[in-house]
Amino acid sequence: MATAVLEKRTARVSSQTGDMIARLVVLVFAAMVLLISVVLVYELWVGSAPSRHSLGWSFLFSSEWNPVSEKFGALPFIYGTVVTSFLALLISVPLGVGAAIFLSEMAPAGVSNALTFLVELLAAIPSVIYGLLAIFTLVPLMRSYGEPFLKATLGFLPFFKGPAFGVGFLTAGIILAVMTFPFIISVSRESLLAVPRDQREAALALGSTQWETTWKVVVPYAKLGIIGSVFLGLARALGETMAVTMVIGNDPSIHASLLAPGYSIAAVIANEFTEATGSVYPSALVELGLVLFCVTIVINGLARLMIIATTRRGSKRP
Amino acid sequence: MKRFPVALLGFLAVGASVATAQQITAAGATFPAPVYQKWFGEYHNAHPDVQVNYQSIGSGAGIQQLTAGTVDFGASDMPMTDDQIAKLKVHPLHFPTVIGALVPVYNLPGVTQELKFSGEALAGIYLGTIKQWNDPALAKDNPGVKLPKDDIVVVHRSDGSGTTFVWVDYLSKVSPAWKSKVGANTSVSWPVGLGGKGNEGVSGTVKQTPGSIGYVELIFAVQNKMTYGSVKNASGEYVKANLDSVTQAAAGAAKNMPADFRVSITNAPGKGAYPISSFTWMLIPSAIPDAKKSAAIKAFLQWMLVDGQKTAPMLDYAALPKEVVAQETKQIAQIK
Repeated sequence: MATAVLEKRTARVSSQTGDMIARLVVLVFAAMVLLISVVLVYELWVGSAPSRHSLGWSFLFSSEWNPVSEKFGALPFIYGTVVTSFLALLISVPLGVGAAIFLSEMAPAGVSNALTFLVELLAAIPSVIYGLLAIFTLVPLMRSYGEPFLKATLGFLPFFKGPAFGVGFLTAGIILAVMTFPFIISVSRESLLAVPRDQREAALALGSTQWETTWKVVVPYAKLGIIGSVFLGLARALGETMAVTMVIGNDPSIHASLLAPGYSIAAVIANEFTEATGSVYPSALVELGLVLFCVTIVINGLARLMIIATTRRGSKRP
Repeated sequence: MKRFPVALLGFLAVGASVATAQQITAAGATFPAPVYQKWFGEYHNAHPDVQVNYQSIGSGAGIQQLTAGTVDFGASDMPMTDDQIAKLKVHPLHFPTVIGALVPVYNLPGVTQELKFSGEALAGIYLGTIKQWNDPALAKDNPGVKLPKDDIVVVHRSDGSGTTFVWVDYLSKVSPAWKSKVGANTSVSWPVGLGGKGNEGVSGTVKQTPGSIGYVELIFAVQNKMTYGSVKNASGEYVKANLDSVTQAAAGAAKNMPADFRVSITNAPGKGAYPISSFTWMLIPSAIPDAKKSAAIKAFLQWMLVDGQKTAPMLDYAALPKEVVAQETKQIAQIK
């Protein structure tokens, strides 16, 4: 009797120690993620010191990029990164969410699974391959047909003025849209599939059509997942390097027209870092990395705020 | 079972021979990488006890590695600046190895004749002051050629490179406007144009864009069968780039060669000299602590100046003129 009690107590103690060790190990792993982010920011901060001291805040507002006189400015790159990513989302979100709705609500299960498999394959294709695809197929198409067509129909807008090179913000936005599709489609489809059947059945029972059910009941229920997928896609678009540098034209200047060439932060770092000589030049590129990091944090912060705002508004509805 | 000890002995023997081979590491310029790899392979066949390992990571990175002391010698498409030399503990000696050239490649579907470019015209195109192909400056260089009214699409390198340095160095010499407005460096603030990554990026963009002009290495243009124009040299003649005209450029500059070989031979004087040529250098420390390594490197340099120069033209690299070879042979004695 006493031995049984003793055995139970030792078993409980050893399972408690086991639990404690497990907690500690997992806590260390989580802390490592935080530690890596802190080390990253620290290295970016230290590495950009010569440039920050020499250029100060004007770095964020200047459009000049002159390695000979060592005057650098981040504005054209921030502009290019934001414009191409925004354009990519503008194209891929409606198409991606629409495709996800089709795959989850309307397609037969076999078709849906097969197509989803193919879409997820798209996510595995390396960025360089997309870049090559863009150079050999998308750029000539844009130069010969796409851009002249846009100039002919929408040429009165400031977004579609200027010569049609084929490369530029628009082409970069399109290839980024193709690269963000798989993320938006697969994650949105998962969230839509996770909506409980009784929600759909209740809507149908109340007399709504299939489309009304999908659009007014299922999609709002899966809204958080869909928004999450959009920000996943945005994260990829902001940091995309090789595909962008092959089709954006690599011209560090700001143009209103989408047909004009531009530059993005990731592209300029990839192109110029290995040959950057001196001390201000490479640290200016590191400072651009810091800027991209901050832009990513700001956008993700805004995303969080938007999610909080919409959920609060949702819960206030009677 | 009997084969195992024999195999083991054989393996150990190979391992021993590799271990006793003199390992030399080098890193730097990408432009001469193909000929360097060929040379190091041939030299190893002739002298199996010396093995050179070359990484073509770029001129700037090569200089950084030499400064950090992680490689035995470096290679660069541009001579080191005084600041860079000051950072090295041991003074580096520059040894020109081969000569490269840049050619203006263009894409003009309607024009069958080969175009001629003067330095001022090229500078004007790249400054953005010459905007169309039928500009009077281009028409003056190409009498009798019907140039179209199309806009010129300028293509340059988006990545920093020794190639860019040679191009802008040439433009700085022929155009005071370029020198004051832009200057020369491995990476500059281009007034106009699209950027392509690497020789491949520039040639790809030029091939695909009608009315475009760009600059690539001569070897690249030849191997990819691209159309390139001739350039007016300092003596006033229009010279097309080939191995002879490039070697002529170096011979022309050899008369005023500084003792340390840190010279730019763009816009070189002399008949038949191609104006956009450049040496590429190996950067050897003047004092190498390991005596065996020092002897091996000196022996390699001797070989490079004689046998290496014979193989270079086979890969479309221009060999050094004999005046420069003679001067370099004397510099080898400076390595301790």
